[in-house]
Amino acid sequence: MAKRIIKFKLNGEDIETICQDNITMVDFLRKDMHLTGTKRGCEEGECGACTILLDGRAVDSCLMLAAEADGHEITTIEGVRRGGQLHPIQQEFIDKWALQCGFCTPGMIMSALSLLNENPHPTEHEIRDAISGNLCRCTGYAKIVEAIDAAAEKLAKEVAE
Amino acid sequence: MALPEMTYVRAKSLDEACKYASENSARTAVIAGGTDVILQTKELVLQNMGIDTLLDIKEIPGLNRLDFVEGEGLKIGSLTKLYDIQSSEIVKEHIPAVAYAAHYVASPQVRRKGTMAGNICNASPSADTASILLAMNAVIKTHSVKGDREIPMSEFFQGFKKTAIDKEAGEIVTEIDIPELKKGEGSAYFKHAIRKAMDLAIIGVAAWVRMDGNKIEDVRLAVGGAAITPIRLPEAEAILKGNELSDELLEKAGVKASQEISPISDVRASAEYRTDMVRVYTKRAVNKAVETMR
Repeated sequence: MAKRIIKFKLNGEDIETICQDNITMVDFLRKDMHLTGTKRGCEEGECGACTILLDGRAVDSCLMLAAEADGHEITTIEGVRRGGQLHPIQQEFIDKWALQCGFCTPGMIMSALSLLNENPHPTEHEIRDAISGNLCRCTGYAKIVEAIDAAAEKLAKEVAE
Repeated sequence: MALPEMTYVRAKSLDEACKYASENSARTAVIAGGTDVILQTKELVLQNMGIDTLLDIKEIPGLNRLDFVEGEGLKIGSLTKLYDIQSSEIVKEHIPAVAYAAHYVASPQVRRKGTMAGNICNASPSADTASILLAMNAVIKTHSVKGDREIPMSEFFQGFKKTAIDKEAGEIVTEIDIPELKKGEGSAYFKHAIRKAMDLAIIGVAAWVRMDGNKIEDVRLAVGGAAITPIRLPEAEAILKGNELSDELLEKAGVKASQEISPISDVRASAEYRTDMVRVYTKRAVNKAVETMR
């Protein structure tokens, strides 16, 4: 079974480990790194439940091999919290009731984070576009859009202060 | 879902990649973003073809770039992500239809990994960027163990999921050149799908026009999702070429376009529906190309 050593940054921490050539990132994170916040949904890039950040940008970890991470930076939902506090996006998802069953939530938050990293003041249309690769079967999306919008405002205030 | 047993190889240079791909051509699939190929690996499509090695070219330096050269056009490196093409101010300014087409592909997550070169090399009959590249007369630049080559987009698709890429020579796309829009020229791409994201096109129509006043001096039309490959519509083009733009003329061209295709019925739409939508969207694409001309 083909294996290799990969070096990459995972949630800010330098990792050097062995991975199989044929393991997808989502399976590697859940089985080998024991980070189960990243969800395994459709496994074909339709649902976005497995969304992570690759070098700061949201991608589907089911359409990525763990080996591809070598030399790169991976952020999962476990790495979103800041200094022991929930990230404003996470807090707003709670405050605005932007989740029900919660299965899509980690992926939604990673897509939102990727959006706000590159576009701190998104329009509603841009928010909806940013989560167009994340399926939610509970909320109808309205509360999710509100939460991301509120988080953007909160983050903008932080920058202003 | 466990992937079948396979080997991952990361190429560090273009020459190394071409050499490896050539020497192992029967068992190797090249990946850039990998979003299509990794899925095909899961579905055992590749395994059934005897492929057990993925050659990752995305770390090759110099292929992730996007430039506009005055007098020539857009030069899109083969490792440039669809997401970067869709959001590029350069693309939006010079050939907006290319940015639209890139934006239509799959989802933001897929576009941040996937490339335009990968989109056409995968050669899906309904690939969103294929029609606009055909209508724009793009040129695909490649490198292989035999050297450099330029493939006109009109010769790129050879059959169902088959391209002109010479796998035995380890041929790899390096750049997509899209000619600039000159004064009096415009282009457009329309995708008809049920959902806005994560959906394949029922059909997609692209148009390029060169106008002289109200006269259509030259035109190129291309459609995806209506034949075994994305195709040009030469007979519909012939109806438009040299004539004054009018609703009647567009209707005639639309009807002709719908007769030039060979669509199938599938889960997305019936062949009959596709036929009629090609008529409708041909008209819309030409109109939009004219409205947005330079």
